Amino acid sequence: MEARHPTRDYVREEVLPTTFCPGCYNGIVMNAMALAFKELGIYDLRSYVFVSGIGCASWIPNPYLKADSIHTLHGRAIPVATGIKLAKPSLNVIVIAGDGDLASIGGNHLIHAARRNMDILVIMVNNLVYAMTRGQQSPTTPQGFITITTPYGNFEKPFDISRIIVETNANYVARWCIVNFPQLKESIKEALAKYNRGFRFIEIWAPCITYVVRYEGKTAGGALKEMSKKCVPLSDYEKLPMEKRDGCIAVGVFKKELKPSFIDLYKSYVEKAVGGVNGI
Amino acid sequence: MLKPRVPLEEQKVMPVNGDEAVAYAVKQCLVDVVAAYPITPQTIIVEKFSEFVANGEVKTQYVPVESEHSAMSACIGAAAAGARTFTSTSAQGLALMWENLYIASGLRLPIVMAVVNRALSAPINIHCDHSDAYGMRDSGWIQLFVENSQEAYDTTIQAFKIAEHPEVQLPVAVNLDGFFLSHTLENVYMLPDEEVHRFLGGYRKLVKTYVDYLNREVEYKLDPANPLSIGSLDLYDYYFEHKMPQVEAMKKASDVVRRVNEEWYELTGRSYGDGVIDSYAVEDADAVVIVLGSSAGTMKYVASLMRQKGFKVGVVRLRMFRPFPFSEVRELLKGVKVVGVMDRGLSFGSYGPLYLEVNTAFYYSKERPLLVNYIYGLGGRDLSPAMAEEVFMDLIEVAKISEVREHLKFIGVRS
Ligand SMILES: Cc1ncc(C[n+]2csc(CCOP(=O)(O)OP(=O)(O)O)c2C)c(N)n1
Ligand SMILES: [Mg+2]
Repeated sequence: MEARHPTRDYVREEVLPTTFCPGCYNGIVMNAMALAFKELGIYDLRSYVFVSGIGCASWIPNPYLKADSIHTLHGRAIPVATGIKLAKPSLNVIVIAGDGDLASIGGNHLIHAARRNMDILVIMVNNLVYAMTRGQQSPTTPQGFITITTPYGNFEKPFDISRIIVETNANYVARWCIVNFPQLKESIKEALAKYNRGFRFIEIWAPCITYVVRYEGKTAGGALKEMSKKCVPLSDYEKLPMEKRDGCIAVGVFKKELKPSFIDLYKSYVEKAVGGVNGI
Repeated sequence: MLKPRVPLEEQKVMPVNGDEAVAYAVKQCLVDVVAAYPITPQTIIVEKFSEFVANGEVKTQYVPVESEHSAMSACIGAAAAGARTFTSTSAQGLALMWENLYIASGLRLPIVMAVVNRALSAPINIHCDHSDAYGMRDSGWIQLFVENSQEAYDTTIQAFKIAEHPEVQLPVAVNLDGFFLSHTLENVYMLPDEEVHRFLGGYRKLVKTYVDYLNREVEYKLDPANPLSIGSLDLYDYYFEHKMPQVEAMKKASDVVRRVNEEWYELTGRSYGDGVIDSYAVEDADAVVIVLGSSAGTMKYVASLMRQKGFKVGVVRLRMFRPFPFSEVRELLKGVKVVGVMDRGLSFGSYGPLYLEVNTAFYYSKERPLLVNYIYGLGGRDLSPAMAEEVFMDLIEVAKISEVREHLKFIGVRS
């Protein structure tokens, strides 16, 4: 049998090569998604819509995926996805965007969609900077990091976005480093199938190859090795004394629930008010 | 020619792109607060500026905010507290600032912003056109457009003086063409810091305003010693009256822009037309184009070639788009047979915004040139010398037949 790369069934080969820098981890995110679909036996993406903002991560679905996708404005992917889901709840709506897009300029939308437990899957590629605009400090840039706008090291405290979302009404929250490929893929599968309800959030720790990894004078391989030491399973992380937690990234599934989602609650609300509405 | 106070030999030549030229200008302007969010092609300005801050070369407070909406909000807060403030943006960033633009002008805050012109989405495009600047034309900001990086440096410094002039007290947007200027290296002459400080009269000076509930004149700034409530609810009883000083300030701005241009000439030996309009070979011209920004360079170059071939063509570059110099345009183009208005952006369902203004300028004159609107260069499409020539030749044809068959034409677009 001819060996076939898993992404080939899902990617528009005519628009390749991608615009990503050589070695960019966005390709790994693409693979994880493709494999997740494949292993779930989903070959036809007709019931999926991908929504992205602006930034490198936002290029993953658009124009590369063979599916309906819309590139929106910087920070506005979630409201657009919300609109799509409400107009046609039978669609599976997936948002893919960067840390800047989701946590900075669009941070407001993120917390409110999570609070509502809106029925969308949000995949945040956290590359620690605004990569597309050349690597400025973002709200997830770790303290001390040198970026173009923090030449002597970032003095601001970053967000731990996954922890913030855990505290909301979201149904599913997971964080994986790009080195945790199998777990990441399983997580995507889980959020697409077993937990396909309410707000699902997957953060992927994937430092920008150009403006973080190479900017620090490291190699792609070296960075991956270092990352695999840094990312600690959640259960182990919680056993670590406070002083040892610094610099570690807790990975794992933080939360998985099947609470009624926005759509569920909306349906029962309409049922109560006017005895139901067509289409929802 | 008058000898400038700082002769060219005493000015420092720096090879910089348009964005860096702006950053170096801002560095010398004793700016208290800069707040910005990155966006191509503006990013270099604040990136460079953040370097000055990090190196301790300026005393400015630099805030890397989380969106352009926050950038303009931070500038509004800082300016209301009496600070000299600067920000810069492009396209979607400017669009996101929109509601704040009206706050800045309505509260009469002399904020300076560099707008590095870029096409608005959708579809996504990062290259130059003027759709972003046109989108803010009604917001009460003074809008200046520059032709090259030298002018970007000069105008940025001038902008603080114009904005803070006691008779103006309005925000100023300095527009420079994305990539054509922002990313293109040019030798730029820069003044010594002290000369810029002197030109601006040091740090921002506040205007005084009479406050009835304090029963005295106080400086217009948020200051716990003299508490002011600004931006409060103002309905049909007074809102209208409170908009009138804004109308007046805009009227006065033209003169201030002209005077500042003259002062700049005395200081540096450089001036840009009369500050409002910069024209080339218009006096005896039969056909003239009006244009904004860097394309003026191409148009002037092609006009000079066509003049050698005997065609009487000229170029008007508007340096100031808001307030719009109606009478100046009318005066300058009196007797010209045909005028081509070149817009790098259009109001869909209508014409180019510049064309609409030029029409208004001529409505009441008996001698009206024939007007043609050319839309060019959307999304960064280059305006080649061949296209420029096409425009001139088209105008010459219109002059010959004394009739405009098509008022709205698109240059350089494939069918
Ligand atoms: C309103 C607005 N502001 C700024 C920009 C410029 N911009 C494009 S991408 C980007 C940041 C991207 O960072 P992130 O979302 O983390 O994505 P990455 O490129 O890192 O994957 C910015 C600031 C824009 N497109 N729109
Ligand atoms: Mg990022």
